[in-house]
Amino acid sequence: MGIDSLVGGTIWDEYSNKVTNLMNNPQNMGEITEEQADEMGARLIVADFGAESCGDAVRLYWAVDPKTDKILLSKFKSFGCGTAIASSDTMAELCKDKTVDEAVKITNIDVEMAMRDDVNTPAVPPQKMHCSVMAYDVIKKAAAQYKGVDMESFEEEVIVCECARVSLSTLQEVIRLNDLTTVEQITDYTKAGAFCKSCIRPGGHEEKDIYLVDLLEEYEKEKLAGKASLGNDTAPTGDFASMTIVQRIKAVDAVVDANIRQMLVMDGGDMEILDIKENGENFDIYIRYLGACSGCASSATGTLFAIENILKEKLSDKIRVLPI
Amino acid sequence: MTVYLDNNATTIVDPHVFEAMEPYFVQKYGNPNSLHLFASQTHPAIKQGMEKIYAGINSPRDDSVIITSCATESNNWVLKSIYFEYILTSKKNHIMVSEVEHPSVIATAKWIESMGCKVTYLPINNEGIVDVQSVRDNITDKTALVSVMWANNETGAIFPVEEIGDICEEHGVLFHTDAVQAIGKLPVNVQSFNVDYLTFSAHKFHGPKGVGALYVKKGKELMPLLHGGAQMGGYRSGTLNVPGIVGMGKAIEQAIDALDFEMSEVRELRDDFEDELLKIKDTFVVTPRNKRTPNTILISFRGIEGESMLWDLNRAGIGASTGSACASEDLEANSVMEAIGAAEDLAHTAIRFSLSRYTTQEELDYTLDVVKKAVERLRGISSSYAYAPEGHESGLDAHH
Repeated sequence: MGIDSLVGGTIWDEYSNKVTNLMNNPQNMGEITEEQADEMGARLIVADFGAESCGDAVRLYWAVDPKTDKILLSKFKSFGCGTAIASSDTMAELCKDKTVDEAVKITNIDVEMAMRDDVNTPAVPPQKMHCSVMAYDVIKKAAAQYKGVDMESFEEEVIVCECARVSLSTLQEVIRLNDLTTVEQITDYTKAGAFCKSCIRPGGHEEKDIYLVDLLEEYEKEKLAGKASLGNDTAPTGDFASMTIVQRIKAVDAVVDANIRQMLVMDGGDMEILDIKENGENFDIYIRYLGACSGCASSATGTLFAIENILKEKLSDKIRVLPI
Repeated sequence: MTVYLDNNATTIVDPHVFEAMEPYFVQKYGNPNSLHLFASQTHPAIKQGMEKIYAGINSPRDDSVIITSCATESNNWVLKSIYFEYILTSKKNHIMVSEVEHPSVIATAKWIESMGCKVTYLPINNEGIVDVQSVRDNITDKTALVSVMWANNETGAIFPVEEIGDICEEHGVLFHTDAVQAIGKLPVNVQSFNVDYLTFSAHKFHGPKGVGALYVKKGKELMPLLHGGAQMGGYRSGTLNVPGIVGMGKAIEQAIDALDFEMSEVRELRDDFEDELLKIKDTFVVTPRNKRTPNTILISFRGIEGESMLWDLNRAGIGASTGSACASEDLEANSVMEAIGAAEDLAHTAIRFSLSRYTTQEELDYTLDVVKKAVERLRGISSSYAYAPEGHESGLDAHH
């Protein structure tokens, strides 16, 4: 809420001048025919992406020099709104004089950045960001066609939020590391879900295989499962050394919860885990004492040894505990 | 030249309406409920305004026409009132609305649904008209309310409200109609058929914004909306909007006077314009003309996304509209086009032109010229009409 959200303007007010100009007068709009490509001694690539029924569609034409893989000429035709046309145009522009391999690296973020009037002001409003995704996808399609491979082979990762290009693995890691529980938090940390919002939950403009709400649910279940297995019996599942950093933190946390915290709390104190670092073959666990513990004499001796011993016993004899 | 062809969104205020309202801002500004001459000065105008509003829909004096702030308020009020009176008390558990109602009805129905009420969304047929049979098929003794608009805002399609009113009467079910797009375009007479609640709004017929109304038949339930100083019979407290009532009264009077003009002259302008638009190849209109309000055209230009068309029209000073994808914040295809089951590739191509009694032949000639140029330019950009080498398998048909 707030004054800016109470009375909306029009989305057109948020287009950059570049977007407006390109919509009015696209620079790379057009076609390349087989004859034209032949004259240039180039190979014609025609790639399609999208569909009118989805509201966006683009056809990309490349004339590629087969000896150097260089894109000599790049043209487009597009069915879509102003943003779709402007970003298709920008995409075609960015492809020019690049090799196919270089062109594949162009992302929708590059396209959007290229349409900005100044670097700090987005070229299009958030809900229009998805229009540039199509421009990105069609390059992959064209490159795949040129190389005779599958389009998916260019995508090393599963992308959940296409607008901000945030991958599944990044999201999973960020959610776990920061113990995120809401979509808003994910957006704050990663920008995923900030734009067209299709990736948040089913029912948006685009249908997805996995949504942000699914990731939150998955993490929630993991936490519950982790509590169930570690809470009842603190014996860790699996070898501490082969765990990921997140799993290690969770395992240590679980042991602290089950075997250590109560003893500290009874004396009016507590502790938190700050970090776990691998140091040669050892695992250094950095902790901070809280409450009464922080000034307690035994916190550097008896209590510390007790904590370390419990963690060694439950998790790994290579553990060292270092209070900060 | 600028041309306004978005009269289903809102209309220019008739200068006579503005003139009638003017004294009630600076000269006669008293609160009608006070006890002094300043208050009394407003009373004749309020009375006259209300009389005109009653006359505009031929409401009996014993029925109520409550002045609200907009049609959205009136629609919300009816549905939520039904929720509190019937659903929450478990007397009934079902309401029906058409699937192409205005968002103020659909969103409210969805809220009621979320509170545990069964909601039937009545489908429309391939002419964009709500299916009467589906009302018959779904109505039960547990149905509290049927709400179906009189005319659709996007297509102008006129819905069979008389028939639906009859079905409701047979089953003892309350009937509400959102007549926002009907007043001034069709004869509206609440005594000519069975209707319990009727919504309308001044700014759709050359009156001021911020003034809506809700007709309620005598004896039909309505929960008070605003508690306070007991204005509007205690149903909607709040200082009376004196200039608003005056303006709505004058506007509806003018609209009724102009109804014949609207149904003949405006219709003719619209029909001629539509004929010319349809001469452009690959254009489509869904609802037949005789089943539409006289001022509305919803037309698809194949291969041109709606917002692009608006863009080119806007550059030439023409205001039209689209409910389709990119033009609105929610990025959805035109809901009416989808509901009609129009060819999928057309769902994002619909443009609405809505005329008024102020629209001129000259404006439409100019618009036609601009549309033709826009079609040429945008189809030139469009992938739908793009060259492909021999043997190229188009990848533009599948969903992505």
